[in-house]
Parts: sequence; C-alpha cells; structure tokens
Amino acid sequence: MDFELMLKVYPFFLEAAWLTILLSVLTAILGLTCGALGAAARLSRFRTLRFIGAAYVSVIRGTPALIQLFILYFGGPQIGIQLDAFEAGVIGLGVNAGAYMTETIRGAIITIDKGQGEAARTLGLSQWQAMYKVILPQSARLMIRPLGVNINALIKATALVAAISVVELTYTAQRYIGSTYKPFEMFLLAGILYMIIIYVAGRGIAWLDRKAQIT
Amino acid sequence: MGLDFSIVPKYMDVILLGCAWTIGITVAAALLSFFGGIVFAVIALYGPWLLRQPFRLFAWLFMGTPLLLQLFLIYFGLVQIGIDLPAFVAGIIGLGLHFAVYNSELIQTAILAVDKGQMEAARTLGLSRGEALRKVVIPQAVRAVLPPIGNNMIALLKDSALVSVIGVSELTLSAQRVIGKTYRPFEFYLLAAACYYVINLGMEWVQRRIERRISISR
Repeated sequence: MDFELMLKVYPFFLEAAWLTILLSVLTAILGLTCGALGAAARLSRFRTLRFIGAAYVSVIRGTPALIQLFILYFGGPQIGIQLDAFEAGVIGLGVNAGAYMTETIRGAIITIDKGQGEAARTLGLSQWQAMYKVILPQSARLMIRPLGVNINALIKATALVAAISVVELTYTAQRYIGSTYKPFEMFLLAGILYMIIIYVAGRGIAWLDRKAQIT
Repeated sequence: MGLDFSIVPKYMDVILLGCAWTIGITVAAALLSFFGGIVFAVIALYGPWLLRQPFRLFAWLFMGTPLLLQLFLIYFGLVQIGIDLPAFVAGIIGLGLHFAVYNSELIQTAILAVDKGQMEAARTLGLSRGEALRKVVIPQAVRAVLPPIGNNMIALLKDSALVSVIGVSELTLSAQRVIGKTYRPFEFYLLAAACYYVINLGMEWVQRRIERRISISR
C-alpha cells in the first residue's frame, strides 16, 4: 500500500468528489421530478397518459443506463440536441432514475387504502383535493425510505458518466490507475469518498423519514 | 446529419455477435453470482470469525461503491498482481462478485427466515450441520428469494454493458465499433438498446416460468 502516493493525489479526488456530489444532487432533483410526473401519468384517468407512463418505465428500465447516456450524448447531435458531457450526464441519469422513482412513488400512492379517497370524496372534497390533502400526505411518508434506496443507486450510477469523460470520481480513479499503476490505492481513495457521500445521503434520508412520521 | 437506418442491415451480423457475447457474459456472471451468493451467505452467517470479518468488509465495499469502479479495480488489479486474464473473464468475475454480494444479502435473510425446526429435524435424522444446511435449509431459503434474485439478474444484464469500458466486445462495444466506422451513433445505439430490451423481455419470460414451476412444486 502506497500511502505517500495516496496523500499526493487525494486533493484531485476531493475535487472530483464535489463533481460527483453536484451530479448526484442535480440528478436526484430531475429524477424526482420525472418520477412524480411519471407516477401521475401512470395513475391518470386518460389511457394515452397511462400508456406513455408505462412505456417510459418499461423502456428506460429495460435498457442499460450506459446506452441511454450514449444515445443522448453521441446520438443527440444527429437529431439536433447538442449537450456537453455534464449536461448529458445529468439529463440521462435523471431521466433514468425517474423511471425507477415513478414505480416507487406509484407504489406508495396505491398502497393507501381506497376508503381514504372515497371518504374524502364523500365529505365533499374534489378529486384533486382528495389527492393533495388526503392521499399524498399519507403516501409521502411511505415513499421516503424507498426513494432513499433509489437515491443510493443513483449516486453509484453517476459513475457511468466517466464513460463520456466527465471528470468525476470514477473517471479520476481510472485516470490515476492508468498513470500510477496502483489500482488498489486509487480504488480505495475513490471508494472511501463514495461511501462518505452515500453515508451522508443515507443519514439525511433517515432524518427526513423520522421527521415525517407521526407517532 | 439526419437519421438513416438503411445502413443498419449491413452491420447486423456484428451486432448479433455482440448480443451473443452479452448473453454469454450475463449467463456466466449470473451463475457465478447465484452460487457465489449462497457461499457468501453461508460465510456471513456461519463462517469462522477470521473469515466472516474480512468478508463483511468486502461486502460493505462492494455495496457502497459503483460497479464501474470495481471493474477497473479487478481488471487492472489482477494485472498488477501478475494475473493476466482476458478482459471478458475479468468482466464476468467483476459482475459476478458484485451481484453475488447483493444475492448474498437476500439469501442471508431467507436462511434466517427458514423455520428453526427444519434444521433441528434434519439434525435429529442424523444429518451433519453442513448436510442439513446444504440439503434442507438452503434449498428452502433460495426458493423463497428466487423472485428478487431474478430481478438482480435482470439488473445484471443491463449492467453487463459496463464491461465494454474494459474492452469486452459485447453488445455495447460492438455498437461502438460499428459507430467508429459509420459515424452513426444514434442509429446503432438505438439498435443496441432495442437488442437489450428484447433480451430483457426474454429473461423476464424465463423468470416467470421458473417462478411458476417452483410455485407448483410447493
């Protein structure tokens, strides 16, 4: 184990870790947005919207995220979408995470007892009011933990943008493995930083989950 | 530069060969992750302390870091210690170990959930602890978690695209090579995505059949 080398290169890893964090945060925001829209579409009254939601989930979850990134980044210019690697990374990963989150959010909504919605309607609330004032507040509590699992996966998935040369943690590790021939040391450096990021995110979600529970 | 799919049939053979590699790598890694998962679960639950603790560290590292990073470690790390494996073997080992850790978590919970009476009864009938585990407890445990293991295998198929990064000529890298010649990324990545989708559907079909057979024999 070459600790001297690790001490020498760790500032570069720290810098890359910030980019991984930024990527994760932006991806999570976009993913949650897509997830909420996707779940709304899948639960919609309109058949077309339900179909679009189902197709989105099926296609995105049925193909590798790496290929989705490549289509967007390398194929995009062919259909007039010019994105730099970072933008393509955020959009590609966000839309990908959104498909998984769609199912999480939908699952949390449909587990709420049907009687809740019916009771709210009987008391004179409109369909929307019943959703926003009765069902969503209850399901929001249920979805925090499973969304946390999605976010954990998403943080690790940000490594994929290394393949389109975004200088985040995995790319940095790869570059230093190539130049120093010390794969284990570089893995450890990047690995520890990933674990810290995931640990902090996990604690944040656990805190949110505790706050949201009514005891 | 618009889209032009007329060029696709010319390179279909390269893409199909890539599909064959992807399926081969997925099946090999799936088997490794399945049996590896059982071995890891037994180590984690019953292994001696000296084996259990390093394994825990290993599992923790593998669950907390991206697969891509692990593939780099395994591919370049093995070369570093003098083991020069072909890229596809390194890819299979990387994918297999990664998912073995996840499978092992599932199997551990399932082993603990098998009724204690099963082990006691097997022991009473004269089976050794190892035999009772192997012939009575583990088969029941594995059967119970087959659906989530199946989901892991489908995730494995999609993650197999990552081994293209260490130079395994599976579907993704085949598409990349064709794109290098034709400069048509959109068409060929879309085709690759379609291939993955079809293989994915096939795997889901197999998964449903296996689950049905198992539920009948119960």
